[in-house]
Amino acid sequence: MAHAHKLEIFRGLVKFKSNTQKIWGVLIFLTIVTGIEVALGISKPQFLAANTFLGMKLLNWVFIILTLVKAYYIAWDFMHLRDEKSALRRAIVWTPIFLVAYLIFILLFEADYIYNVFKDGFVTWNF
Amino acid sequence: MDSTVTTSAEENVWGGGNRPLNASYGKLMMWFFLVSDALTFSGFLAAYGFSRFKFIETWPIADEVFTHVPFFHGNYPMYYVAFMTFILIMSSVTMVLAVDAGHKMKKNSVIWYMFLTIIGGAIFVGSQAWEWATFISGDYGAVETKGGRILQFVKADSGERAALADFAKNIPGDKVAHDNSNGVWFYSEGFQPSHTLNEVIEGFKASPNILVRTETINEEGEKTVLSREESLIKLQSSSQVVEGANLIHNEYGSRLFADFFFFITGFHGFHVFSGVLINLIIFFNVALGTYEKRGHYEMVEKVGLYWHFVDLVWVFVFTFFYLV
Repeated sequence: MAHAHKLEIFRGLVKFKSNTQKIWGVLIFLTIVTGIEVALGISKPQFLAANTFLGMKLLNWVFIILTLVKAYYIAWDFMHLRDEKSALRRAIVWTPIFLVAYLIFILLFEADYIYNVFKDGFVTWNF
Repeated sequence: MDSTVTTSAEENVWGGGNRPLNASYGKLMMWFFLVSDALTFSGFLAAYGFSRFKFIETWPIADEVFTHVPFFHGNYPMYYVAFMTFILIMSSVTMVLAVDAGHKMKKNSVIWYMFLTIIGGAIFVGSQAWEWATFISGDYGAVETKGGRILQFVKADSGERAALADFAKNIPGDKVAHDNSNGVWFYSEGFQPSHTLNEVIEGFKASPNILVRTETINEEGEKTVLSREESLIKLQSSSQVVEGANLIHNEYGSRLFADFFFFITGFHGFHVFSGVLINLIIFFNVALGTYEKRGHYEMVEKVGLYWHFVDLVWVFVFTFFYLV
C-alpha cells in the first residue's frame, strides 16, 4: 500500500524529509504555475500571442503544457500514483491519454474542415 | 488496509486473495470510475474544442466575459477564477494531508483536515453559483441579428464597451409583458429586456459616439469594431435585444459558448457538490470513530482520490474555458 512514500520530485532534484513536507512543496509549485498562467493570460506577451505553431498561438501551447504539468503533479503526488505499481499507473494514465488524443485529433480536424466550408461561403451563417 | 480476507491460496493465481496491482478492491474500483469519468469530461471538452474550431474567428474572448469579482466594480479579468482555482488546489492539499494523517492513525488531524476540505469545497461551489448568476444576468446587453449573431456596442472615443442603458432612447409605448391573466392563460412572457429593439436603434442613431462591435476577431486578436456607416447597415439586420445569457441567447457572442459553459462547469460543479456530500459522510464517519475501529483509514484515501480528480478536472476546465 501507499505507506512507503517516494519523497522526491523533479526526478530527484528536490527531496523532502516527510510526506507532509512534500505535499506543501507540491502546493507551492502548483501555485507558482497557476500564477504564471494567470499573469500570461492577463498580459498576453506579444511574441507569444503573435507566433503560431501547428496553427495554434504559442501562448495557448504554453497554457496547455503548463496544464499537463499541473495535472502530472496532482495525479502523481496528491493521488499517490507515484507510489503505486507501475502496471496500475500505466493502465490508469495511458488509457485515457490514448483515447483522448484520438478523439481530439479527429474532432478538431473535422471542425477545421467545417470552418473552411463556412469560410468558402457554401453556407451563409454570418448575417 | 487488509480488510479483505486473505486465504492461504497466495500462490494459487486463480484462488483469489492476491493483489497483483498491490491495491485494494475498493481503490481499484475508484480508479475505474475516475478513468471513465475522465473520459466523459474529455468528451465534453473535446466537443467544446470542436465547436470552437468550427467558429474559430467569432468565438467569444473569455477575458471579456468573466471580468467580475464579488464586491468590486470594474474590469478584473480572470482574477476570481484564479482565486477559485487556488481554493480548489488548497482543499486538495488539506485532503491529501487528511489521507496522510489517516495513515498515521491520527484521528483528530483527519477530522480537522476533512473539515477544512469541506469548507474549501463549499467556497468553490458558492463561487461557481455566483459566477453563473453573474453570467446569466449579463453585463452590457447586445443585439441579436436575424442570423443569430451578436452585435455589441462600444464608445468610439474611449473604445470601452457601452451598455444599452447608456444610449438607448426612452420611447414611451405599450411595452407591457404579456401576462397569463390576459388572453391565453398558459402563455406568458417571463422576461422583458429593459429596452426594446426600437429604442436601442433610435438611441444608436441619435448618439454618434457609439459604434457596433461584431463577433469577428481581427488579426490583432480583438473583436472588429465597425465604422459608423457600417454599423448602421449592420443594425438593419437586428432582430431582438439580448441581455444576459441562457441556453438559447447569449449576449457575449456565440450561443454555443454559453451552452458549453453551462454544461461543462455545471457538470464539474455537480461533481464538486457531490464530492462535498461524500466528504461530509466520511467526515462524520471519522468523527464517530468508524475507521478507528476498522483499523485503517482507506475510505478517506478513496474519497480523497475522487476529490483530487475533481481538482484535476478543474485544472483542465480552467485552461480550456478561461485561458486558451
